[in-house]
Amino acid sequence: MASHTRERTRQPHGFLRRYVFSTDHKVIGIQYILLAIVAALVGAGLSALMRFHLSYPEAKVRLFELLWPGAASGGVMTPELYLSLMTMHGTIMVFFVLTTAPQSGFGNFMLPLQIGARDMAFPRLNMLSFWTTALSFAVLCAAFFVEGGAPLSGWTAYPPLSAAGRIAGPGQGLGQTVWVLSIALFSVASLMSAINFLATVLDLRTDGMSLMRMPLTCWGWFVTAMISLFAFAVLLAAGILLLLDREAGSSFFLPAGLVINDQPLMNKGGSPLLFQHLFWFFGHPEVYIAIVPGMGVVSTVLSVFSRKPVFGYKAMVSAMAAIGLLGFLVWGHHMFISGMNPYSAIAFSVVTLAIGAPSAIKTFNWLGTIWGGSLSLSTAMLFALGFVSVFVSGGLTGIFLGQPALDLYFHDTYFVVGHFHMIMGVASVFAMFAAMFYWFPKMTGRMMNETMGRFHFYLTFAGAYAIFIPMHLVGIAGNPRRYADFAQFDFLRDMTPAHKFMTHAALFTVLVQGIFIVNLIWSWRRGAKAPENPWNATTLEWALPSPPPHENFGENAPEVRCGPYEYSRPGRQKDFRMQHEVEG
Amino acid sequence: MSVVAAGAGRRASYTGLCAFLASVTMFFAAFTSAMVVRRGASRDWKGVPAPSLLWVNTGILALSSLAAEKARRDLRAGDRRRFNIGWTAATALGALFVAGQITVWRQLREQGVYVNSHPGSAFFYVGTVSHAIHLAGGWIAMFYLAIRALRLELGPGRRTAVEVSTLYWHFLGILWLYLLWLFRFWGNWE
Repeated sequence: MASHTRERTRQPHGFLRRYVFSTDHKVIGIQYILLAIVAALVGAGLSALMRFHLSYPEAKVRLFELLWPGAASGGVMTPELYLSLMTMHGTIMVFFVLTTAPQSGFGNFMLPLQIGARDMAFPRLNMLSFWTTALSFAVLCAAFFVEGGAPLSGWTAYPPLSAAGRIAGPGQGLGQTVWVLSIALFSVASLMSAINFLATVLDLRTDGMSLMRMPLTCWGWFVTAMISLFAFAVLLAAGILLLLDREAGSSFFLPAGLVINDQPLMNKGGSPLLFQHLFWFFGHPEVYIAIVPGMGVVSTVLSVFSRKPVFGYKAMVSAMAAIGLLGFLVWGHHMFISGMNPYSAIAFSVVTLAIGAPSAIKTFNWLGTIWGGSLSLSTAMLFALGFVSVFVSGGLTGIFLGQPALDLYFHDTYFVVGHFHMIMGVASVFAMFAAMFYWFPKMTGRMMNETMGRFHFYLTFAGAYAIFIPMHLVGIAGNPRRYADFAQFDFLRDMTPAHKFMTHAALFTVLVQGIFIVNLIWSWRRGAKAPENPWNATTLEWALPSPPPHENFGENAPEVRCGPYEYSRPGRQKDFRMQHEVEG
Repeated sequence: MSVVAAGAGRRASYTGLCAFLASVTMFFAAFTSAMVVRRGASRDWKGVPAPSLLWVNTGILALSSLAAEKARRDLRAGDRRRFNIGWTAATALGALFVAGQITVWRQLREQGVYVNSHPGSAFFYVGTVSHAIHLAGGWIAMFYLAIRALRLELGPGRRTAVEVSTLYWHFLGILWLYLLWLFRFWGNWE
């Protein structure tokens, strides 16, 4: 046994085993993060093209014609092409950025370090999870290049559109099939990853690391793994049924008597609403998969840079658990306008609004954490504060949408687009920026450039609000979403200036991300050398050299002696105590 | 690896299995709710003619589970010879079950019952094939362990994989009984 273990902990030689097919959680974490960055660049690029088209629908663009000779002949985007970009933007961002970076990326790298473990519980399963995710991304991108192009049915893939096949639109043939396969692969990868996270948290904690001594980041990853375990199993089931409707001629979701583009379909008796139920049973928890790890990161960063313990640690843990649990009971609020029984709508609405309680607990505890602290406004701290801001403004609009009566009006407008981009997109991306600036020294052994970081933060913060606040306003004015061209409708003509403003803000914000990419590359190669514990933080990863050695703590797993947020302790000279530190 | 760390590894295997079982349960819960809703949603529901071979298969799977359980206990008691016999039998019976299921699907096809015939048949195929895929995964693990056992790599001190695989195998047996019940009572078997 002993020799077998030593063999496993030795750093493998050879580029392939060390950096490509590695079983080291740190390498896998970085692989996930790089995948997410590539996906984010593709997704952001797609949104820039979409925003451009919305503001200048008639413009002839050589680039469009070059990229899509069929769907943009003469350089003008067809509505179908617009919808396919929308589908791919949503899918890439939700799955390969928001699900991948916070949990699998940072979680993989940091979880074993923070609980004093040598690696994840199942290193080979971990490697398999990453490569399945990477394959899934490649398969998804292949949808651009198959006959008919990418699918049109949005990231939610509602049938009948998604199930009816080629007759429903150009991307609904092979493109949609490829999309479903990619999502099925992604579900399998996420399930494997969730199993790994749960076993690691429950069984590999070092001596003294009780559950209630875990950093809130670990709690975030743990709760998220629980959510993934239950949610992705349902998405997988829905995906398989959808695939059979498409390829095997079954009728799970396709109703009888359907005529699409003058062609009658032979299916009968299926229920499109059934798919919506299955999808949103996954889809709503997915929102929390994106944001709960960020909540953990923000709690930690606010505490470290205020030099104060997290306010109400136990309440923070309970709130995360409550959000995870309630998240499974509210899927119906995505379907208020599906014709559901008003009594069900009220039930879903009440539970939805109940999520406001744990969310408010978290928000006030974040404010309590920084209250009276000695704040240092590093870039990580700025992004964490930005997260709280965006979380509040994005969360409050959720209260409007959680009411069936108001949702009937808002549902198909830009109000919803503004809402979910704020709360799910910008908030969790801000948390990931905070995580990157906070942990970059540990991951690479070098500090990120703070000047570039601050520029990046302030411009992105302003840009994000400039894009998404006007979306709420045009939404209140009744601007429908998912339209490729507003210029054709009289009642939308007055919105054109607002849309142009949002477009310019979006292009600006996408370009500003260049600062981050430059900072990342420059700091990785040239940044100042990072000490072991540059932020005077307390959790175990800062007890290791930067970057940590292959075997982490090796034979000398630390013993944990106190909680994770021991800052500004009264009557002590040193203002923090590391979790494994022995005190006289 | 210290004794403590080895124990943690063993516990992690059980936790991992429990998490996996939870997600499989969730998958079939989604399948069940889809079936219940789909049946209630329309009037085109028809039952599936149940081949009597299904009952034979059920018996084979039950025997396989019993053999695996017996083998697991023999290994714990240190009787490697009897473990090998039991485990090999369980593995062989598992393969026989899959072969039996394939025969069931062929019989149904010969009667003209396809996945797209009607919703009852669609759910029958999806449920039984999904079960068989999960079972195939478990069977590969059992086969791998049978080979390791024949190479004398297992013993009372090295049996976590056997314990975990046996648990999974029992779970698949119970899942199969559940599916039979579901098709019999909700699926309106002919």
